[in-house]
Amino acid sequence: MNRIDKKFQDLKAQGKKALITYISAGDPTIEKSEQFIYALEEGGADIIELGIPFSDPLADGPVIQEAGLRSIADGFNFGKLEALVNNIRKNSQIPLVVMVYYSSIICYGTKEFIDLLVKIDVDGVIMPDLPYEEYDEVKPYIDKTDLCMVPLVAVTSGDRVPMLVKEAQGFVYCVSTLGVTGGQSNFDKRIDAFLAEVKKYSPVPVCIGFGISKKADCDRFNKIGDGCIVGSAVIREINKSGGDPEAVKAFAESLAD
Amino acid sequence: MSKDFGIYGGQYVPESLMTVLKVLEKEFETYGKSEEFKEEYMYYMRQYVGRPSVLYYAENLTKALGGAKIYLKREDLNHTGAHKINNAIAQALLAKHMGKTKVIAETGAGQHGVATATVAALFGMDCEVYMGTEDIERQKLNVFRMELLGSRVVPVSTGTGTLKDATNEAIRTWVARAEDTFYIIGSAVGPHPYPTMVRDFQRIIGDETRKQILEAEGRLPDRVYACVGGGSNSIGMFYPFIEDKDVKLIGVEAAGKGIETGLHASAFSGGKVGILHGMKSSILQDNECVVKTAYSISAGLDYPGVGPEHAYLHDIGRVNYTSIKDDESIEAFKALCRYEGIMPAIESSHALAQAMKEAPQMSKDDIIVICLSGRGDKDVHTVAKYLGKEI
Repeated sequence: MNRIDKKFQDLKAQGKKALITYISAGDPTIEKSEQFIYALEEGGADIIELGIPFSDPLADGPVIQEAGLRSIADGFNFGKLEALVNNIRKNSQIPLVVMVYYSSIICYGTKEFIDLLVKIDVDGVIMPDLPYEEYDEVKPYIDKTDLCMVPLVAVTSGDRVPMLVKEAQGFVYCVSTLGVTGGQSNFDKRIDAFLAEVKKYSPVPVCIGFGISKKADCDRFNKIGDGCIVGSAVIREINKSGGDPEAVKAFAESLAD
Repeated sequence: MSKDFGIYGGQYVPESLMTVLKVLEKEFETYGKSEEFKEEYMYYMRQYVGRPSVLYYAENLTKALGGAKIYLKREDLNHTGAHKINNAIAQALLAKHMGKTKVIAETGAGQHGVATATVAALFGMDCEVYMGTEDIERQKLNVFRMELLGSRVVPVSTGTGTLKDATNEAIRTWVARAEDTFYIIGSAVGPHPYPTMVRDFQRIIGDETRKQILEAEGRLPDRVYACVGGGSNSIGMFYPFIEDKDVKLIGVEAAGKGIETGLHASAFSGGKVGILHGMKSSILQDNECVVKTAYSISAGLDYPGVGPEHAYLHDIGRVNYTSIKDDESIEAFKALCRYEGIMPAIESSHALAQAMKEAPQMSKDDIIVICLSGRGDKDVHTVAKYLGKEI
């Protein structure tokens, strides 16, 4: 069983909701990323979303944009990603979901990229700029593996929801707000009704992300969803603490269900 | 309507935008193709822009070069001084029809920003123009123009602080505000349906040229030249000639300080397939798939990608793409000033420079057309600086 599915099964048995935390791979260095991932896990994160830095991330706000640029400036490449995940897997079996813009996949080679993800033993992939209409370019490769392809749904998806979630694997990433990552708690008014709609059609757990930065946000959404995804707030905490893993761990503790 | 041009084009955007793009596509297909729209568009083209723009026989330049007969399509004579207004008016009409009260736009050099600010004033719309902080510094005059026209210029400091990042930020803003806001894209780039829309709103350049050259010469030209940044004036010029297989089409990118120096804006020299601004096309990237900053003396050409239809026309060999360096474009700029009393935009000077290279080798019976996409008043400071003159 894929680690993501196993994790949600365990959480369900414990009556808990998932805490999914994002970090940008290689921000500020690959070594630090590894430490942050352990810190997040110790602090109670259930799944790690590992962002592949890209120069032009359309779905991300300034915090994640800058994190990606720091990583690029430090010389991030896929070889370093491989080394990072290899090291993590020696110490941790936490589910890892790679968040990657499609341009990086094309650049690396689609088949080669999916082969790499399988080889380094990550569990899922999120492609924020690959909408359903363009799935055919990647999905056939993913379908041959155990990787979960996590779809994104948005408040404006409307009658697209059943189509978007019908083949979802791992979990569904529900976007809480119009706009980019890192906004703070200004959630779309339609979110609750929308979430209920997504849950109705989704064969897998539904988690909420974008703009979730504190425990109160998590509590609010955990009442209806299956977990929360926190990204920019984690990076802000990393920045604020000067990259202190203890502070990162404490922040995860403050969010965990 | 196909969203792809061969393997290029598509809609590589966050899910939040998909519904918005589908609505836009539908409006473009229905209202955008209706007689009502066409009449309104043509009214503004005639009465506001001053179309048709003339196709001018450059007799002095022709004689000086001693080869093919040279015609200039004078988009520089349009209101606001470039071809950008054709598209800005059309998209604003679409926005108005869709009930949008606000428009946003991206701009690099400021030409599309000024065109959008102009139509926003004309149609009484609220307008915000996203512009990189680097470009704001370099193009103060256009920033002030936009403000005079009643628009707000929003500085974008993320990334490299240039057109590429301003476009990202405009798209991000649009994701959040699409319900009352229309995004007027300035070039034949972005997610479907923009590249097709912009082409259709700029094809008036080629349609007029075709008719005018038939009237003047009784036949089609042998070669047609246009500069290519994102590629809106060129696709507008080329599209009506695509089926005329005897007409050679030449797209001219900016070679900056030389392709070999890496300081250039030629997506067809050193670019590879990637995604930028919601489209799949030929994009300048480094070895780690990071989108590179383009360079050209011409602010309107320094875009690290190219419209997806150009990438397709390049692959099938229908359009021949080449590039011209900074110094060559300045020489052509100066030549047109002296021979014809016409000051071209540095963008257009790239097309001109390529044509001036080829014309002397052609027969006196051959005919060539150059798209003079804009006027050069905006570039006087750049040219002075390049020539080491203080003004």
